[in-house]
Order: sequence, then C-alpha cells, then structure tokens
Amino acid sequence: MAETLVLIELDRQQVKRPSLHAIALARELGGEYALLILGSGLDEIAASLVAYGASAVVVADDPALAEPLADRYASVVADVARQRNVKTLLGTSSTFSKDILPRVAALLDAPMVTDVLALEKVDGANAYRRPINAGSMLATVKVDGDLRVLTARATAFEAPTADAAPPCPVESFKLDGAGLPDGMQFISREERISDRPDLTEARVVVSGGRPLKDPETFERLIGGLADALGGAVGATRAAVDAGMAPNDYQVGQTGKVVAPELYIAIGISGAIQHLAGIKDSRIIVAINKDPDAPIFQMATYGLVGDLHQIVPQLIEAIRQG
Amino acid sequence: MKIVVPFKSVPDPYAGAGEAAKSVINPFDEIAIEEALRIRERGEASEIVGVTIGPPAVDEQIRSALAMGVDRALRIDDARALDPYAIARILRALIEKETPQVVLMGKQAIDDDSNQVGQMLAGLLGWPQATFVSKIELIENKTRLQCSRETDGGIEVIAITLPAIVTTDLRLNEPRYVSLPGLMKARKKPIEVFTCEQLGVSVAPLTTTLSTSRPPKRSGGTRVESVEELMVKLKQEAKVL
Repeated sequence: MAETLVLIELDRQQVKRPSLHAIALARELGGEYALLILGSGLDEIAASLVAYGASAVVVADDPALAEPLADRYASVVADVARQRNVKTLLGTSSTFSKDILPRVAALLDAPMVTDVLALEKVDGANAYRRPINAGSMLATVKVDGDLRVLTARATAFEAPTADAAPPCPVESFKLDGAGLPDGMQFISREERISDRPDLTEARVVVSGGRPLKDPETFERLIGGLADALGGAVGATRAAVDAGMAPNDYQVGQTGKVVAPELYIAIGISGAIQHLAGIKDSRIIVAINKDPDAPIFQMATYGLVGDLHQIVPQLIEAIRQG
Repeated sequence: MKIVVPFKSVPDPYAGAGEAAKSVINPFDEIAIEEALRIRERGEASEIVGVTIGPPAVDEQIRSALAMGVDRALRIDDARALDPYAIARILRALIEKETPQVVLMGKQAIDDDSNQVGQMLAGLLGWPQATFVSKIELIENKTRLQCSRETDGGIEVIAITLPAIVTTDLRLNEPRYVSLPGLMKARKKPIEVFTCEQLGVSVAPLTTTLSTSRPPKRSGGTRVESVEELMVKLKQEAKVL
C-alpha cells in the first residue's frame, strides 16, 4: 500500500504543472506514493502520469466530477485515502488544494499543515517548515496522529523528472456519481485565453502597481515588457483592486507566490504582503520613482525614475537584443 | 435568517516597525462581518452573531465587532494555542447550538496564514462551502447563495444550498469604520462566555509549533542609473537575458 497519496490538479483537461512539485516532497517523505486525479474523461491524462515513480495512478473518472466542486471532490479524495490506508495526503498550494484538502482533512479526522517549504527532522521525527505572518517568519510544525494532510509550496520543491522505471499501473477508483453530495453547483468560469506563460511557472514575471493608472497603460507597459521577455504578467493588490488587472494576476501573501529567474517590479513600493510572494525570485529588478521605496532594499537591481519613460526604453532595448 | 460570523484577534498588520502591535479583528474576518451587515441591511438577514475563541483580552475585538453592528457575541474562553482543526471542531459545536443558515468568515488569518478553518467546518458539518468569495447574492427565495470565487484561474461562479459556509476574499467589500454611537451601543450588547466543557467539546491541537525563525534576509540594493546600465547588468552579471 502506498503511504502517501498526492492529489494532482487538472486545468482544462491538462495536468497543472506546479501540482507535480508535491511529488518531490512525497519522495523526501520516503516509501511508496500514489498519484490521484479526479475529473471526467481522464484516460490520456492518466497515461501521461505513469512515469513519475509512483506505485499507481488512481483515477476517479465520472461526469459528476467534471468540475472541481469541494463537497464532491473532498468526499472522493477522503474515500480513496481511507481505502488505501494512506499516512500522508499531499497537494500543492493552490486555490484548488486550499479549497478541497482542509475539507478532506476534516472528513478524515486529520490535522493539516499548509504551505510546507521543507521537511525537517526534529528528534528523529518529521516536522514541517512553513511561512507565517506573510512570510516574515518561518515556523517548524510537528504533527501528531496517524494521518496528516499537507500542501507543499510549488516554488520550494523542484519539478520531478519522469523516471526511467517501468510505467506504473493506472487504477480506476469505482464511485457512484449519483450518490455524491450535491449541495454545490458549478455555474460559470471566466475564460481568458492568453498566449503568455502561467504566472507560477514563468521564467520571467513582470508586475505592475497602482502608478500604472489604468488597464490600457498597464497592458501596454507591463504586458508589453512581459511579451518582449516571453514572460508572465503579475500585479499588486492595489492594481487589482483598482481594476487594472484581473484577480488571478495578484502576487503576494493572499495571491500567488512566484519564484522566477527574473522578477521585474514596476511602480511597486514593496508592501510586506507583496514581498511575501516574490522573495524567492533569483533576480529582482525594481523600477520606481520613489528612491526610498522599501522594494529597493531587496531588489537585486534598482532604477529610480519615471516608469512611463523607463519602461518603453527597456522594451525597445530588449527588442534590439 | 441568522448569520454566524466567527472571527479571530490578530496583531495589527499595519503597525509600524518597532511599535508594539495592538490586536485587531483579522482583516478577512472584518470583511465577513461587513458582508453580514450588508445582507441584514438589505433585509435578507434578521440576526448576526459574532463568535470568537480566546481569553478575556479578546473582548476588545468583540466590542469592535459589536460596534460595527453585530447583534450579539459569544466567546469561547480558551487561551490555548489551538490549531485550525481544533478551532473547527469547537466552532462546529457552536454552530450546532446556534443553527444559522449562513456562516461567513475570513478565508485565512493573516498571522497563521493557514486557510483551513472554514473548509474544515464545512466538512465537519457536511455543509456546502464557497471559499475565496468576492461576491454573494441570495437566490431562489433565500434557499441558495450564488457566489463568485477568486481562483488561480480567474473568477468562478457557483451556487450553494443553505445552510452553508462562505469564506471571504479581499475584494468582497470595504469594511465600514466604527462610529462613536456604534461604540456606545456596543457597550450595552451582551457577550456570552462559554467554556469548551459547557459546549461539550473536548479537543486538543494535533499540530504544535516547535520553533520559529526569521527567514534569511535578501541582500539587495545595487542601484543602476540608466536602462543601458540595467541591460548590461542583466546580461553580463545576472546572465538572465
């Protein structure tokens, strides 16, 4: 029996790549691990997951699971965990996991640790390091009991490489779709098709703050620079609140956590809540007209000046190579 | 219709560096209180009950909630360092006693950042949930809620059958300021105090914080004077272009 069960997230019938990073934590925990996917029409997706060193890919495939509704999903995930007698249920920090896994924890009568950054050994037992207070502190947490639920922060764990080992079996989990909870109903999802890379996976992220003023300027300058670099677009809470960018662009304590090779912060002063989401980026560039902005204390390179002049120059310089 | 709003006292996130941070209502929970007030002001709810867990010191935040307009408040007298699952189990006992139609609460506390209690409570009660909500409407003769949720992929809309749990995101509303008459009125409103024993719940936290530390500080701070100089640094020093 697998000791660890890793919940893999799907998005429009594709594996959401950051959710694979939890496999790295499963490997560190040791023992066998199985992967679990839920949805409708999953044969191809299941086949794409057989080479990650898991003991099995467990598939809960039913039209009733076409949308990730927490009551249904939690019920199925808990049933799979019980049936397989797992010790650790694992997911990656995302709104998907944060919606479903605490509910599963309650169904399994198990404690949960959110946003695990690292596995530690304390007196020979496992403990988990996680950020608190918007990442300004790190806590090391011990968990009692036979079963626990964890979410791993994708930026703290490497993407797993596919194994050379023989492919693992795909196991279908039998479920009665009509018997699932039905107090929640999917109505619609905002569909925004973008050619830009996913914010949490991009090599380069360009983010803008309130001084961008309006959605058109935001798109022209932040979007323009991101496109010149083949990067993703992010935003501060203030820029999202002001309607310059959609909510899922928000980077920070309550938005997305990113750790790209290059993060360019434009017109961002550096509130602790925003810095919480970017501090693991390799290179941070800050462009701001206020020389005392806190972002300059953590930026690798800081340029003081008017973003309306600097950003077009930068786009031009990058285009010219 | 009755709404229960559980809330937590947290250190003021906007306290200046070096200042002793006073306690405030967790900002996400304050948004939940505000939303409950707006639902009542639209005539769609009759009573709002605030609930918190902690020692007598948190009565100050209870007064703030009452001053905003919460009708009455309950405090579970427990000063232990509880974890989200212990809190969810205590809240379940209270919810079963109060039998509200809606539980509105913040999606996470800004000190612990766990983002678990609402979902756990929904699981324990077997109620539908809507998390990370930025818009709420009562529909179908107040038997269901239609909620917009802020997800990693953008806004998602779901409908949930009552009774249900809703956790709030930042853009749901902007909480009102407490008025002086509100504060005066709050003094007269009752705060009921219960122990876990009186509620018939016996919980012990299953997670324990062994230690805390400061993360390594990022050393930054090279200033460049021009776009040309920045390009040279990014290409030659950082080798990122």
